[in-house]
Amino acid sequence: MNPASESELAETVASATGPFAVIGGGTRRFGSMPDSERLSTRRLDGIRIYEPGALTLVASAGTPAEDVAALLAENGQRLAFEPMDYRAILGTAGTPTIGGIAATNSSGPRRIQAGACRDNMLGIRFVNGEGKILKNGGRVMKNVTGYDLVRLLAGSHGTLGILTEVAFKVLPMPESAASLAIRRLDSVSAVKSLSAALGSPFGVSGAAHLPGWKGEEASTIIRIEGFGESVKYRAGKLRDLLRGYGDIDVEFDQERVDATWRSIRDAERFSASVGDIWRISVKPSDAPGIVEKAAGLERADAMFDWGGGLVWMLVPEGTPLRDLLGDFSGHATLVRASPETSSRVRTFQPLPPAHAGIASALRRQFDPRGILNPGLMC
Amino acid sequence: MQMPSPRASVLARRRTIISRLQGVLPEGSVIHDEFELRAYECDALTMYGCPPLAVVLPGTTEEVAEVLKACGEEGVPVVPRGSGTSLSGGALPTADCVVLGVSRMNRVLETDYANRFIRVQTGRTNLSVTGAVENRGYFYAPDPSSQLACAIAGNIAMNSGGAHCLKYGVTTNNLLGAKIVLMNGEILELGGAHLDAGGLDFLGVVCGSEGQLGVVTEATLRILRKPEGARPILMGFEANEVAGACVSDIIRAGILPAAIEFMDRKCIRACESFVGAGYPDVEALLIIEVEGSPEEIDEQLALITRVAEKHRPSEIRESGSDEETQRIWAGRKAAFGAMGVINDYMCLDGTIPVSELPVVLKRIGELSNEFGLEVANVFHAGDGNLHPLILFDANDEDQLGKCEAMGAEILKLCVDVGGCLSGEHGIGVEKRDLMPFQYSADDIEAQIRIKDAFDPNWLLNPAKVFPLSATASRREA
Repeated sequence: MNPASESELAETVASATGPFAVIGGGTRRFGSMPDSERLSTRRLDGIRIYEPGALTLVASAGTPAEDVAALLAENGQRLAFEPMDYRAILGTAGTPTIGGIAATNSSGPRRIQAGACRDNMLGIRFVNGEGKILKNGGRVMKNVTGYDLVRLLAGSHGTLGILTEVAFKVLPMPESAASLAIRRLDSVSAVKSLSAALGSPFGVSGAAHLPGWKGEEASTIIRIEGFGESVKYRAGKLRDLLRGYGDIDVEFDQERVDATWRSIRDAERFSASVGDIWRISVKPSDAPGIVEKAAGLERADAMFDWGGGLVWMLVPEGTPLRDLLGDFSGHATLVRASPETSSRVRTFQPLPPAHAGIASALRRQFDPRGILNPGLMC
Repeated sequence: MQMPSPRASVLARRRTIISRLQGVLPEGSVIHDEFELRAYECDALTMYGCPPLAVVLPGTTEEVAEVLKACGEEGVPVVPRGSGTSLSGGALPTADCVVLGVSRMNRVLETDYANRFIRVQTGRTNLSVTGAVENRGYFYAPDPSSQLACAIAGNIAMNSGGAHCLKYGVTTNNLLGAKIVLMNGEILELGGAHLDAGGLDFLGVVCGSEGQLGVVTEATLRILRKPEGARPILMGFEANEVAGACVSDIIRAGILPAAIEFMDRKCIRACESFVGAGYPDVEALLIIEVEGSPEEIDEQLALITRVAEKHRPSEIRESGSDEETQRIWAGRKAAFGAMGVINDYMCLDGTIPVSELPVVLKRIGELSNEFGLEVANVFHAGDGNLHPLILFDANDEDQLGKCEAMGAEILKLCVDVGGCLSGEHGIGVEKRDLMPFQYSADDIEAQIRIKDAFDPNWLLNPAKVFPLSATASRREA
């Protein structure tokens, strides 16, 4: 089903008898979706409001992310949370949409500075499981008018409602950017160096570690952005601060800096490999230990973003990674898996019983008939 | 303003309820003396008040759980309270309720500089969170004007903002985790030291839920390294609208100051006589603060000045020293107090798209004439969060009525231009009945159903946020 308007979508849901698999552009579907009819928001396409002076943009859910990025770039602005493009690792075709980004709370390397997608969402319109058109939030930076359904729906993977429109906070595009790279650090030292950089006043907007792999040496990378002179100044300061960790190269070439961070954002390192891919959110200093637990696996690989707070892991197909990791502070999502793995290993981190109880109570309130992505996020 | 009538069945069992609470709490944790209860009859929205049935001051999360379980079983409403600085009546009691104050729970539980967070009990005041980490050069970003007194519990309940949230976000953007006690006594950990909790974002919906979903007893907060330096610049304009247009142009120029604050002449003069902040006597004043090294600050201020000069400011003055910077901010943060010295006032809290500033300021001026009540404006201009202060005589019933009506008109105006009823003070009882201006009945019902999932018997702060008529069937069930 491809409804052409919000009201048509609402009618479709209201009159539905069976469940739907809700999708936007279909590029970031992870987890086993039930074999139900697809309901796409792709035709809800268009930027409704863009006010550069108010730093706000409102777009229909099916609007391609690249259209939004292009219009913002014309005005020297951007979505600061750096949404990820999953096509490289999932091998999906199609067009990433604004709705898909919001529904998966997709945030890239700049999450550590600019917040997650959910932090940059100001308002939403959505259709609940009863086919009612609802709204929450608005298009202003601050809003505590009633409960915050914007945050709740962000990252709810279409299980509480189908997003039809999203209002974002946008930010100025910096004049320039630079990357600092330290070579050959082990992951413990790497995370320590990233932590030192993030604990500095120098405005770090990217902090990643790529362990040595396939003949390439390990690289620990830090990004700073801003006005030209300021970037140069802060690059110098960070270099002094991190001197003890090894030699530091600084890259000022904008295109090369962008390419590096795009590849980190999209976990491109794993795109050509075979295996399951996990995305793990942890306390940064725990990250090296988490990766160490999978050290015995053959053909396993890992990379660290968010100063260690986000760990990407590639493991052999069917690895019960959560069992290997045991109890840890954070959560692991199985982003790419064969259908066989998906049938055995849960995509989302299982919730403790009390949380699961509230989650299902909320789902019943929003979707009493259980027709929106049933089985997902369970 | 109406509140539901107290449940006779609860009032009749007052003694039983108090002794049950005394049974689960250490000595001295239950207040029931008629005179002492007076201290809890209102919050900072002082025009409404009612002593509660009892006040409890638990010292641990487990004690909070015991209180909630007991109240749940007895069918007693519970009104959670931080420091009682709510401007919207979020902690206003009813005669049949137990006020649960978290003020005794004010300890720092963990500071972790490597991972940049602090874990505190939520009775701790906002400013003392920064106080616990500033010797290492860190700070907690949200800075409501009441930060000296207000508790983290209340900040979470109201998703509080402050002057610097243009750059650093509001509470929800700085809250990593929470320990929350549900009305049935169950204790849940939400999020933690990692980013973006797994599953549905309970933390996101609890933040800003005005104490209606659970009682938050512990919070994990993001701390940030202080910038190398910060310097404000003052700019005076001869018309509010021109100052508004200047704000929009600065943002368009690609600069993101840490704060852009606005004050009109009435407010400037009040602050000047109250703290001697050194403000120029102009129609509209902007305080714009940028951060970084001295050179970075110079670079940004030069750019801001270039943009501003197109709007012909009558005065531009950079702060010349740390002392002057402190004085400039002391003036702004004392604005509400300063106005209170010269008059009674009602403080509004609407938010509008920044582009609508000139139109809205003009219309507020017209409404002021229509109602015959003076208005002073002080607000966070960078994010469009307005705080018009309507001046009135609280002892004059007629003026109070006019003031409430005019406040409602201003907030409706905010909604009409694409904004909202509350930017950072919350709905409480104050704006409860205005919710239908912003949200349809279905939109409100969707929010109400969230409370159904967390607090099915509607005992936590039940008479707040939503119009009473919309929640009657649930509260009276």
